[in-house]
Amino acid sequence: MADELRALLDRRSIASPLMIGIHTGGVWVAERLHARLGLSEPLGHLDISFYRDDFTRIGMHPQVRPSHLPVSVEDRHLILVDDVLQTGRTIRAALNVLFDYGRPKSVILAALAERDGRQLPIEPNVVGLHARLEPGEQIKLAGPEPLALVRGRAPAKDRPKGADRSGGGPGEGIP
Amino acid sequence: MSALNPQLDGHGNLKHFLTIEGLSRGLLTEILDQSEGFLGVARQAVKKVPLCRGKVVANLFFETSTRTRTTFELAAKRLSADVLNLNIATSSTSKGETLLDTLRNLEAMHVDMFVVRHASSGAAHFIAAHADPHVSIINAGDGRHSHPTQGMLDMFTIRRHKGDFANLCVAIVGDVLHSRVARSQIAALNVLGAAEVRVIAPRTLIPAEAESLGLRVCYDLREGVRGADVVIMLRLQRERMSGALLPSEHEYYQLFGLTEERLSTAKPDAIVMHPGPINRGVEMDSAVADGARSVILEQVSNGIAVRMAVMSMCIGTQNLRGQMRQGADQGDLNG
Repeated sequence: MADELRALLDRRSIASPLMIGIHTGGVWVAERLHARLGLSEPLGHLDISFYRDDFTRIGMHPQVRPSHLPVSVEDRHLILVDDVLQTGRTIRAALNVLFDYGRPKSVILAALAERDGRQLPIEPNVVGLHARLEPGEQIKLAGPEPLALVRGRAPAKDRPKGADRSGGGPGEGIP
Repeated sequence: MSALNPQLDGHGNLKHFLTIEGLSRGLLTEILDQSEGFLGVARQAVKKVPLCRGKVVANLFFETSTRTRTTFELAAKRLSADVLNLNIATSSTSKGETLLDTLRNLEAMHVDMFVVRHASSGAAHFIAAHADPHVSIINAGDGRHSHPTQGMLDMFTIRRHKGDFANLCVAIVGDVLHSRVARSQIAALNVLGAAEVRVIAPRTLIPAEAESLGLRVCYDLREGVRGADVVIMLRLQRERMSGALLPSEHEYYQLFGLTEERLSTAKPDAIVMHPGPINRGVEMDSAVADGARSVILEQVSNGIAVRMAVMSMCIGTQNLRGQMRQGADQGDLNG
């Protein structure tokens, strides 16, 4: 993934990008990528709880961590990192947060894993794993130490309040 | 008790925010944790998040206020809600409309949340008891009783400076008798487990029940702030005083005004707080108010984040209820 990302940055002649991880799994992945690429700018963290599109359906997320963007995103090239890309709603929210902090020059999306179930026209630029899942299966990142993608049965419907930010299970989505 | 708490829904989520009393340490901590997240919104270029888009918040102020009303307004606007400011003193109630009729009219305008300030203790509870089930009430100060968002923003400010409450000694100085702010602070400090809470004031301004609340009462300022981690100054509430409780403001300052010299017995890293508005030269010297240990303006900024947290938690609970209503209507949500 790091090699692919490096090649993409070279192709686009981007010298010092800002890397930003989406809480929580995206930050874990971003920490690894940030170290492997040896980026000079500090890593940013993004919490998308205030921008989710399901607040009107399920209420407040219980664990909001403050977003932390140490460097202004204005006019910069960004690498947005998430763990598992499924519906695309998390990325939609993350882009909205970023644009409320400023106007980036470009945004690259890197996801550790990608699976079926897209509900928005959002595709990653760099992907670690294309997961082919059986119906009812889900994939989740466990961490932070050791970091591992876990494949398993999705929990039954009626998730507890704000159980999964990334909106994974089949109970999620448009009924 | 908690099952009957009018502030909570059946699942223990915050529905109204009327008073600190009856709320658990877990819930108060959740408010503080959520506030931490909202603090970052002020650092965004666009100081707004879309959480409460499409919701209508009415500021219902039966008593004048500048700081509290504007920070509530700003909090609601940063949550993308629409805000109505109703200056009741100059509107329908002065034409003879009752409080409940005012309420019904606003409900008919599909207001989702009322922020209420009233000179009578219990006004917010009264409105909550009579309001339509889908609206939330936030108490922005009722008489001498309670001012819970002020209490929580003070707790938030203390936590940001001191971390944990367990070993803290907090000194509250001044007009405790008339202060709803002090009542909310004391209740919150007790729930959050502060080690010691002291009140310092002339005898005439200490409520009779002070000692039964577990407070240490002190009549001497220098003694009272000795070893304190946090010194909270209260405003002299002239508008609520009837009769001769104080000889003069000048004499009050001579005995209970906070100066750098009197503050010297407190811990070296003590912080000084005041809910505002400050009467300089009455409650405290300007050198203290503008000094290095003063966190008074920080309290104001923190107030916006805490109010955003409380408002969005209540609106979030409304959404959950809406969801359940829908679910009941449809039979099966996932069908």
